Amino acid sequence: MPSTFFTEAPHWRWLIILYFFIGGIAGGCYFLAALIDLTGRPADRPLARLGYLIALPAVVVCGIVLIADLGRPERFWHMLLQSATWRPMFKTYSPMSLGAWGLLVFGGFAFLSFLGALADGERRRGFAVLRPPALLGTSVSILGGLAAFFLVSYTGVLLAVTNRPIWSDTTLLGAVFLVSSASTSIALLVLLGSRRVFFISGLRALQRFDVIVLVLELLTLIALVVSLGSLARVWLSAWGALLLFGVVGLGIVLPLVLHRRAPSPLAPAARLAAVLVLVGGFLLRVVIVLSSEAI
Amino acid sequence: MPEPMGFYTDTTVCIGCKACEVACKEWNQLPATNGGRNTLSGDSYDNTRRLDGIHWRHVKFIEQFSADRRDGRWLMMSDVCKHCVRAGCLEVCPTGAIIRTEFDTVVIQSDVCNGCRDCIAGCPFGVIDMNPVSGTAQKCTLCYDRMRAGMEPACSKACPTDSINFGPIRELKQQAQQRVDQLHARGERDAYLYGADERMLGGLNSFYLLVDTPETYGLPPDPKLPSRNLKPGSLWSVLGAVVVGLAGLVSFRMRGNDDA
Repeated sequence: MPSTFFTEAPHWRWLIILYFFIGGIAGGCYFLAALIDLTGRPADRPLARLGYLIALPAVVVCGIVLIADLGRPERFWHMLLQSATWRPMFKTYSPMSLGAWGLLVFGGFAFLSFLGALADGERRRGFAVLRPPALLGTSVSILGGLAAFFLVSYTGVLLAVTNRPIWSDTTLLGAVFLVSSASTSIALLVLLGSRRVFFISGLRALQRFDVIVLVLELLTLIALVVSLGSLARVWLSAWGALLLFGVVGLGIVLPLVLHRRAPSPLAPAARLAAVLVLVGGFLLRVVIVLSSEAI
Repeated sequence: MPEPMGFYTDTTVCIGCKACEVACKEWNQLPATNGGRNTLSGDSYDNTRRLDGIHWRHVKFIEQFSADRRDGRWLMMSDVCKHCVRAGCLEVCPTGAIIRTEFDTVVIQSDVCNGCRDCIAGCPFGVIDMNPVSGTAQKCTLCYDRMRAGMEPACSKACPTDSINFGPIRELKQQAQQRVDQLHARGERDAYLYGADERMLGGLNSFYLLVDTPETYGLPPDPKLPSRNLKPGSLWSVLGAVVVGLAGLVSFRMRGNDDA
């Protein structure tokens, strides 16, 4: 029996699954907003604005969920400051320590960009410096985008840097979570953006991006199963069925088919595809977390 | 600076009396399961079942009998935190609650731990779990408080057969090797030391004399450090970020027919 099967489960359940999902949305929406702001057309700016407006509340929810999951929530700050000396608590080789700081740093950028997104035409014009094309705003979006990449992938590395079955038997979970957070965030923007016709140009680009990301997600999931080797047999169970039919079938293949059928991102089929991608992204985290917890 | 201290547990002389479990619970004032309403596990004489936040010692009972029960033996082993020289729990702990003491043992400071539970997943031996009373992760401290006072840990003090031996690691290793040689000379060729070698996580400061495979005792054959996955996991993530980033650029830059 592999050595990882002699360990204990850390009781990371629904709150952690929720964090992985919402954290992916927060980072993913921020990344998309920065991408659109930095490379898109002026007509796409409302779509980028939507991304920033989602990112901050999502990252705030992340913080609340993580604190609620602690055995001693009132000591959450021990992750950031050494409780005896008040010096910074920072361990480069502990993904959770890095993650606590990453969440804080990303939260800062999300806050600045949220303010930038509040500037809308003549209203609150002072905040516009916090958003591209202003120099300060460009810097914020680039650095925030990098922090977003960290936020959506470190959780997978955190799972790998343990001794638990599945999690530590592969090194691909960070990449899997990253790609999945891109697909779920695109889906959320498409879903919310498709209510406004003037988003159409940006939505078309998003839809094209979605196809690439969904194919990438399929490839990384196949690579994940291959990297587990003989250990993948633990998924010859209800978890494997959920992964195959829920995550891959409902969350990736069916949306790809719907994309082919619905050339316009405003079509009902495109919205259905977006909902399915979101459901698939959530189920992916359910399978990854709970199938290891169950061992 | 005191020299590294630890346990050498000779499982061949363990009689399964559980005095170590009781002494540990008494000294460390650990609560009973279910408020004392114990249930029988049906697994031999083992009703403790596992190490966790309120069981820092666990005597395992392994019954090895032939189908007709004519031949057989009992294996008994008092399990505890291994106080690894390179400790997985200490590596991943994000609060600095887990420290290495002056005795080269590994201790969770209960007033610092915030119950994130990363150490539970990081331990290669499944030693740590939550203590529901403190809301923190807990495990054997190798009686740090007693050692500071020059005393022996409660479990080894209580052990009536000297299955659990406490002392400087250097001396314990010599003593353990002599015992292995003695058993080999007497015909018990399967006797060997688990964790005395530095190749296993730098050496376990609580190591064992076993007479069957590690798996038989519920011990991992090849325990590793969590950090082995840090670099490759990060590199794959960076590669994923680059690919997704490029795909995003391509999607937003190349849209000649969008306006059609």
